[in-house]
Amino acid sequence: MADQKNVALKIKRQDNPTAKPRWEEFEIPWKRGMNVTSCLMEIAASPVTRQGTATTPITYDSNCLEEVCGSCAMLINGRARMACSALVDQLERPIRLEPFSKFPVVRDLSVDRTVLFENLKRVKAWVPVDGTYDLGAGPRMSMDDQEAAYPLSRCISCCCCMEACPQFTESTGFVGAAAISQVRLFNTHPTGAALKRERLVALMGDGGIQECGYAQNCVEVCPKDIPLTRSISQVGGEVIKQALSDWFRK
Amino acid sequence: MALSNPRIIVVGGGLAGLAAVIKVAEMGGHVDLFSIVPVKRSHSVCAQGGINAAKNLKGEGDSTWQHFDDTIYGGDFLANQPPVKDMCDAAPGIIDLLDRMGVPFNRTPEGLLDFRRFGGTLFNRTAFAGATTGQQLLYALDEQVRRYEAEGKVSKYEGWEFLSAVLDARRVCRGICAMDLRSMAICTFPAHAVIIATGGIGAIFGKSTNSVVCTGSSQSALYQQGAYYANGEFIQVHPTSIPGEDKLRLMSESARGEGGRVWVPKKPGDNRDPKLIPDGERWYFLEEWYPKYGNLVPRDVATRAIHKVVYEHKLGVDGKPMVYLDLTHIDRKVLDRKLEGILEIYEKFVGDDPRDTPMKIFPGVHYTMGGLWVDFKQATNIAGIYAAGECEYQYHGANRLGANSLVSCIWGGFVAGPEAVKYARNAFSPASDGHFEAEQKRQEDINAKLMRADGRENPFLLWRELGDIMTQNCTVIRDNQNLRATDAKLVELLERYQSINLSDRTQWANTTIGFTRQLYNMLQLARVIAQGAALRDESRGAHYKPDFPERDDKNWLKTTKATFAPDADEPRFEFEPVDISLIPPRARKY
Ligand SMILES: Cc1cc2nc3c(=O)[nH]c(=O)nc-3n(C[C@H](O)[C@H](O)[C@H](O)COP(=O)(O)OP(=O)(O)OC[C@H]3O[C@@H](n4cnc5c(N)ncnc54)[C@H](O)[C@@H]3O)c2cc1C
Ligand code: SF4
Ligand code: SF4
Ligand code: FES
Repeated sequence: MADQKNVALKIKRQDNPTAKPRWEEFEIPWKRGMNVTSCLMEIAASPVTRQGTATTPITYDSNCLEEVCGSCAMLINGRARMACSALVDQLERPIRLEPFSKFPVVRDLSVDRTVLFENLKRVKAWVPVDGTYDLGAGPRMSMDDQEAAYPLSRCISCCCCMEACPQFTESTGFVGAAAISQVRLFNTHPTGAALKRERLVALMGDGGIQECGYAQNCVEVCPKDIPLTRSISQVGGEVIKQALSDWFRK
Repeated sequence: MALSNPRIIVVGGGLAGLAAVIKVAEMGGHVDLFSIVPVKRSHSVCAQGGINAAKNLKGEGDSTWQHFDDTIYGGDFLANQPPVKDMCDAAPGIIDLLDRMGVPFNRTPEGLLDFRRFGGTLFNRTAFAGATTGQQLLYALDEQVRRYEAEGKVSKYEGWEFLSAVLDARRVCRGICAMDLRSMAICTFPAHAVIIATGGIGAIFGKSTNSVVCTGSSQSALYQQGAYYANGEFIQVHPTSIPGEDKLRLMSESARGEGGRVWVPKKPGDNRDPKLIPDGERWYFLEEWYPKYGNLVPRDVATRAIHKVVYEHKLGVDGKPMVYLDLTHIDRKVLDRKLEGILEIYEKFVGDDPRDTPMKIFPGVHYTMGGLWVDFKQATNIAGIYAAGECEYQYHGANRLGANSLVSCIWGGFVAGPEAVKYARNAFSPASDGHFEAEQKRQEDINAKLMRADGRENPFLLWRELGDIMTQNCTVIRDNQNLRATDAKLVELLERYQSINLSDRTQWANTTIGFTRQLYNMLQLARVIAQGAALRDESRGAHYKPDFPERDDKNWLKTTKATFAPDADEPRFEFEPVDISLIPPRARKY
């Protein structure tokens, strides 16, 4: 049974984007229902290592603390996941915390994930409405269509799927599963479909959907259980169809 | 000369901020959008239950006037009525717009929008997208803003914290001063008008249902620069939150909207498995006390009832301050379709499945009714500064109804955006007269002083003390003696703040310094809450004083307005009559 008095943590720290990383160990009092974020809060209130040396509070991202804002992604015992929903009692100890390895480190556990937001721009992940003036109700939608769209729309942009993906590397420039799944979401929306072709074109070529090797790591880590591989094969098919029809029209 | 393409700064990228951005961009203005977190990670994503609009799609005879009446009555007549009426009239159009933007609202078999019932109304008026409505609405606006960003009409400054407004000699706003949370550089940015949309102030109470960045720091900074802060004493405590180590997670009102029942075992100390307690031995106290609204009485009423059952009747579950919220009688499929997101939260963070076991819940600080004072055009009293969303005070009076906040945020942004553009078009170009440099220096000096300080107070521990005293004395039940003691404690904390010690003095992504700056502003704003509550000798909405149990319209049908007195370093209060031109006040009885 896990220690109910103290929680031991090993945290990989890095002072800035170019500094050399180092490990620090901590031991904090155990409390019922603790999660990794509450451990980091505890360290901030008393920033001393296990060896008794004074140190600085850990820099990390967080906001909602209920796994819906996507801020607090990091590697916890080697796995990409959200710190706020990682319950201490369900983790092997010492708990190992590291920043994502495929994104530039800002400091400690905080990394720069702007690449996903840029990719969302690239695939035009929006519904092109005419304007915000009153134009009456939106398109009717069946319960089934809503139930298909909603799960895709729950993506919190945490980037766990990209961190876990073997194809997401600097050399491939792969857009990653999250952006592809958003393409599926917007291409199936009655109005969003107006940009369908542009979205598919954005996924062609280097760094596009072809990079995916169907390793399925993404679905396994996605905290929102988004059906990513289904999205990828569905969009993949569309991309091929689009490429062919564009080719014939040449 | 009138400017056709003014430059507007929007601070905050929750629903209110993004709504304002979209309107400004659509009108041809350029927006600089500042936010501590990437806007897609704003607190608005937490909203679960839904958004109100009287679309009357259920054949119940609902109307926007009925929505208006419920809102005013629910707010115990403290809200100015004309802007609330405008919001309720606009709400159905807002839902249509969100629907057009692609929000996956739940549907009826015919493919129309589905609506559920929320607290404080007898109508099914709440549209919802699964159990993560706020997330879905925020994403829809975020996507539209991303589109404008791609077109070059919006520049985002994410990871920047607003510190203060830049005011000229005439106290007109010329821009803002902000800090880059990576390099810790402090810079000023000029603008023709500024819109503040920085959300609620939950962190002043330590643990709440709010997100981490909801500290009220920017509202407080503006109050200290001369903005009125209105109705600060009105803080909503949500009846059903899940106690946690790091935060209080909300169990949405939609759980009751879908039929959830609140109860405790009738016998004190009955620690049987709740499922083994027969119906006759359960006390459904809300249904018994409020037969008409039952479990869906407004939040302040439900919260006080739970308090009473736990502290006066001593019937808390396991002898602790907790009651059951029970969904186990509802079909699993229905629960999954309508409430999956929130049930998941309970499962994930508590470890029990609420489809099988009644949830244990307790009231937690949830929403800030008070906020920056604004006029009916969302303008603060500082020329050039507008405010929208939870950071301002306009729409909810003494108590907010469930699912009314999201609509007030979007509506507030939709008013503030165009009004700011109108103002900016007539604003004359700012002559550079040293005010930018002076404000930057003032803010840099604050950082320098904090970096140098070598006292012994830890900012995170001071914050815990702040949260404890505020939760104890400034929430559900208020008493003048305790409120005065609270203010004295706040003065003590402000003194101790002077001997703060930063455990991190580096100049890169230093989260301690940002937090320590926010803490100061939280302490100043906490005094507005405590003193405002002490002054208001009546009970109204969320503000309840057992020594003055009745609403007192003769003396207190007034908006509280706090201004900061720099010399005394504390608030001064004045009171403004409420605009009750449309619905005469009547007793509030559910
Ligand atoms: C758990 C929960 C559930 C809720 N459910 C519902 C519901 O079902 N229906 C409903 O109507 N309401 C609900 N509410 C209330 C509603 O979610 C909020 O009132 C609303 O989202 C506030 O939106 P906002 O735009 O005002 O601010 P927020 O969404 O809080 O955004 C604030 C923004 O300001 C930024 N910011 C803050 N300070 C600074 C600074 N100093 N410098 C720069 N940027 C700054 C932040 O980064 C953020 O972008 C709920 C609230 C909670 C806590
Ligand atoms: S299926 Fe594999 S290769 Fe494709 S996106 Fe997912 S993890 Fe990457
Ligand atoms: S798809 Fe899943 S893992 Fe990937 S960003 Fe979205 S929520 Fe995170
Ligand atoms: S803090 Fe929002 S997902 Fe963890």
